[in-house]
Amino acid sequence: MMNEAIPFFTEKFREQQNTASALAGFRQKGLDRFSALGLPPVKHEEWKYTRVSALFNRDFDKQLDTGNVTVNDLDNYRLPHTGSATELVFVNGRYSAELSVTRHSDKELAVMPLDKAAVNGYGLIVENNLGHSAQYHPDGINALNTAFSAGGIFIHAKRSIAGDSPVYIYHVTDSRNGFRFSQPRSLVYVDSGASFQLVEYYVTLGKDGSFTNEVIEIAAEKDAVVHYYKIQHEGPEANHVGTTHFRQLGKCLTNAVTITLSGGLIRNNLNMIMESEHGESHMYGLYLLNGKTHVDNHTIVDNVKPHCFSNELYKGIMDEKSTGVFNGKIFVRNDAQKTNAYQSNKNILIGDSSTINTKPQLEIYADDVKCSHGCTIGRLDEDALFYLRARGISEKNAVSLLLHAFAVDILENIKPEPLKMYVDELISERLEFNF
Amino acid sequence: MLKITNLHAGIEGKKILNGINLEIKAGEVHAIMGPNGSGKSTLASVLAGRTNFEVLEGTVEFFGKDLLDMTPEERAREGMFLAFQYPIEIPGVSTTNFIKTAVNEGRKHRGQEPLDAVAFLKMMKERMKLVHIEQSLLSRSLNEGFSGGEKKRNEIFQMTMLEPKLAILDETDSGLDIDALRIVAGGVNAYRNSENGFLVVTHYQRLLDYIVPDYVHVLFNGRIVKSGTKDLALELEEKGYDFIRNEVELAEQL
Repeated sequence: MMNEAIPFFTEKFREQQNTASALAGFRQKGLDRFSALGLPPVKHEEWKYTRVSALFNRDFDKQLDTGNVTVNDLDNYRLPHTGSATELVFVNGRYSAELSVTRHSDKELAVMPLDKAAVNGYGLIVENNLGHSAQYHPDGINALNTAFSAGGIFIHAKRSIAGDSPVYIYHVTDSRNGFRFSQPRSLVYVDSGASFQLVEYYVTLGKDGSFTNEVIEIAAEKDAVVHYYKIQHEGPEANHVGTTHFRQLGKCLTNAVTITLSGGLIRNNLNMIMESEHGESHMYGLYLLNGKTHVDNHTIVDNVKPHCFSNELYKGIMDEKSTGVFNGKIFVRNDAQKTNAYQSNKNILIGDSSTINTKPQLEIYADDVKCSHGCTIGRLDEDALFYLRARGISEKNAVSLLLHAFAVDILENIKPEPLKMYVDELISERLEFNF
Repeated sequence: MLKITNLHAGIEGKKILNGINLEIKAGEVHAIMGPNGSGKSTLASVLAGRTNFEVLEGTVEFFGKDLLDMTPEERAREGMFLAFQYPIEIPGVSTTNFIKTAVNEGRKHRGQEPLDAVAFLKMMKERMKLVHIEQSLLSRSLNEGFSGGEKKRNEIFQMTMLEPKLAILDETDSGLDIDALRIVAGGVNAYRNSENGFLVVTHYQRLLDYIVPDYVHVLFNGRIVKSGTKDLALELEEKGYDFIRNEVELAEQL
């Protein structure tokens, strides 16, 4: 498939394209870029540890079909909520208005297809922000999503949105009838002063396997507060490449928490583009891996303007034959004096065959900045383990307690209490804590 | 309850205990004293089952069972407790959750139902009073940022919660001011009865003013070289360890 990817997707593109759309040109550029770049070669620096092209190495015939997902299918996977959350649903990469439920008022939230937003009052916002991530990911994967972004949506979080009512996005891939390839695309615009919680969750139905290639771009205006959560808890047959791209258009606060508990091959790109003075961002990540799960977290903090603050903490626990990759880039541009940027990546290897590759990457062009980075790779503290066991706690439970403790400082950054408890339960279940 | 016979042990190829013999019966408090490096803490660690220590020779029976064959958690569940000289700080684990887990694992071992939340809290409140420990301290991460005195009080609190048959106090007095020492000793004395035993490891006689021992043993070069009553501790305090050293050297020359 790999060598045939370009003609295959070109043909599919022609079948699906809507030349009347205001975004036809945008998608055509995506296809052109994909045709020029192809899939990332094995030796590509950015994809060194994550052989994404292998995912294309299969029969792709039906893979772009839309699925047949019902409300009942979805009910088994719903996140906990207080009844005030808006639930947006993508099926095989295309937004499904039928399955989605909006529980915010029109004064709080607007959700519409990207193509519609491009031609109404949001035209300028779409033009200025859609595709902004491409310059940070000049590869065929990002371009391919752009080419196939016809099922994408635009989300407008308005100033009066209730800060404690989240928006959930479910990405459902129906692989009950063959391997499926989904390419969801979203553009989120957060008004000045709005406080917004967004949660992305991924579900693969069936066992035939899936590959989700997602791009979500979030632009936040002055004084906005955005809490973003990405929760990955799928089977080993579910593969994922996703880019979450934040732009701080005004001085604002953007937080992202990425939790990965299971899956096949996963690549999460997270970008924070600090385009406004005194912006603040926090990035937290937890990957708790077993089996053969491969998780690659690539983060970029681009300090374009001065006086910005960013803090990043990613923690990983790798068991069995799992692999973790962390690559944290911090750019500090010429003008970005007084930047404060911190980064830390901590790992515990449990399995004898588990691996972690961690790489901080700082590119600093300003001279008056404070940047730090650090990474640790270790095993559990023997003294702590003995202390717990000396109180009668079994070795297995002692290990669980310590691993849970390791994960807690990421967990604590999940602000909505029901969501935090939900993730905590998943983690506890996984650590098999029992007595 | 505890019978140590000719125990030899070491760490990383270095021999530290050179034939310890000691028997502790229910209701007895034994104090082990000795200069730095005599093997006091090693003895405590070996009894609790710290894995990096190696037993080279000898036996230890705990209620007739082979203690050395048990994992650290089995020893604890069978009723042994070690109050650590340096309690470990464990960020992210609350003291309450930790102690609840430990109590219930012990109950499970004894075939009892786990304590429900109400019964557990009641028990905890009662035992907290014994060592003047506040709820706020127990809600925090285990020992994290605790003062020296708080850590030691937390050890004794854990002891009263786990209700061991034999408690080994490894230099529980070190780093304590006189008020904290009184509180810690008060907790120990409140727990002391005719059913349980104590092995109190200490440098100084001071602690023994508050926890009065039935027997005092002096450890030197990994062996018990002298045993006596609490008066022996007073003699040591007065004369220092040199007099033991001289006696041992004299005995070796003969």
